[in-house]
Parts: sequence; structure tokens; C-alpha cells
Amino acid sequence: MEITSRELWTLVHGMGFGVLYLMACTGALVELYRRFLVPSQPQPTGHRFLEVYLIVMAVLGWLSVLTGTYIVYPWYRATPPAGTVDLSGFPQKLLMASPTTIEWHSMGMEWKEHVAWFVPITITMAAVVVARYKNDLRNHPKLRFAVLGAVLFSFASAGLAGFWGAMIDKAAPVEGGQTIRVMGGTAR
Amino acid sequence: MTTRALRNEGQPESLPNGPGAAAVLSMGVGSLSMAVLAIAADHSPAFKKMMIFYTPTGPLSGVTTTAIVVWMVCWIVLDVAWKRQNVSGSMVHVGLYLLAIGFILMFPPVGDLF
Repeated sequence: MEITSRELWTLVHGMGFGVLYLMACTGALVELYRRFLVPSQPQPTGHRFLEVYLIVMAVLGWLSVLTGTYIVYPWYRATPPAGTVDLSGFPQKLLMASPTTIEWHSMGMEWKEHVAWFVPITITMAAVVVARYKNDLRNHPKLRFAVLGAVLFSFASAGLAGFWGAMIDKAAPVEGGQTIRVMGGTAR
Repeated sequence: MTTRALRNEGQPESLPNGPGAAAVLSMGVGSLSMAVLAIAADHSPAFKKMMIFYTPTGPLSGVTTTAIVVWMVCWIVLDVAWKRQNVSGSMVHVGLYLLAIGFILMFPPVGDLF
């Protein structure tokens, strides 16, 4: 069983940071709702947990966009040498070469590459506001609403980026680089 | 408890909303900047070239870096200005509206209208 270094980085970017972030979003939404939007709920203790949770989410968000933009994306948009016929190592050019696949790039990647950056912006704001105000956020309904709204926007942005990323990688996977042997190859 | 003023009922004084409003408004400004810069880079070849900060990533590097710098500078300036103040709650709404407008502008068919 083998994997190439580019496939591994794609995996780390999408299945690692990206999917972890998406899963964490649902937990954050439930916790924010439980703590700040249910009036009858007794005030929960352990505010530190929510702070750390949102800070970890912010780190995941930043790692996801930085690995995507500066490690995986350059391989996606690489320009083939003149006269190249096999475009399998150049996903963007491969998608743009056919009218049946061009919109995976012109619509999907164009949207994904920018909207993904809303994730670290929104979740960093939410993490900082929660860490700064702690339980005092109960006295600021508009800020509570903004934090919840920001997490919802980050969820939507991460979902869009993840969806398009997965679909584009199915249509034109980022491949190549050093081959890493994961298992020996024994028949079972 | 020693450094915080107490309310009449003996509860700690609530923090002003200024720092929170600064964070929300700057988030909106940063998000809208991202959308505007992306559209500008898409429509102007000269601006697109200017936004190439890191060649392998292309104009995306400049668009995102510039938007992040705009966001951070805006946040720092507003935070310093509003640190100990209560500001109008509409600032929070404006931040969320800007975020929503930026989000809509990111949708390629909408961005292509300009």
C-alpha cells in the first residue's frame, strides 16, 4: 500500500484539518446554544472548556487554509511544460481542457479558494470574544448573537470548501511527488 | 474582585461591549475586503499581477494576505479606540451585514456581475 507525498498533504489538509474542523463546528454550535441562548438553562460551569475548544477550532481553521493555499494549491494550479499531452499531473489544466469538467474549476475552485478564508477570520473572532468575555457574554445579547452567527458562517464556509475540495479531487486528483510505502504488500 | 468595580447588588461590573464590537466589525471589514479584492483581481489583469505575492499560489496569495492585514489593522485600531467604551449595538449588526455581503459576493456568479 503506497501513497504519494502530494496525496498525503491533500489528506492532511482536507481529511485532517478540514474534516476535524467541520465536526468541531457542530459541537461548538450546540455548546454556544446551550450556554447562551437557552434562558431556562442553569448557568453551566467550566467555561474554560469552551474557550479552549474554540481556540483549537481556530488553529484547525488556520492550518487548513494555510496548507491548502501554500502547499496543495500550487500543485493544483501548476503549469505544464509546452507540448504536454498527459495533463494528469496538472489538475487545473486537466479540468479546463474539457467543457464537461471546466466548471469544477471556474465555479468550484474559484469559490472554494476564497470562501475557505472566511473560516479562520470568523472563528478567530468567535474564540477571542468568548475568551475575553467568558460568562459575561450573558450580559451582551448582541455579541452572543454575533458569535453564534460567526460560527454558523464558518460552518457554511468550511462545508462549501470541503464539498468542492472533495468533488474536485475526485474529478482531477492532486497526485505525484515522492512515493511513501505504508504497508508491505502481503496478500491477505 | 479587588480590581473590578462592584455594582450595587454586589455583582462584578459587566465588561463594556466595545472590544467585542471591534472584533465583530473588523471581522466584517476583513471578510468584505477579501471578497472585493478577489473580484478586483478577477477583473483587472494589472491588479491580478499586483496580487501575486507568492508565485506558486498566484494572486490568491496577495488577495488573502492583504485581506488578513486589513482585518488585523482594523481590529487593532478599533480595539484601542473602543477598549473601555460601550458603543452602539448597531456596530455589531454592521459587522454581521458586511460578513453576509462578503459571503454573497464570493459566490462566483454574483462576483461576475461586476
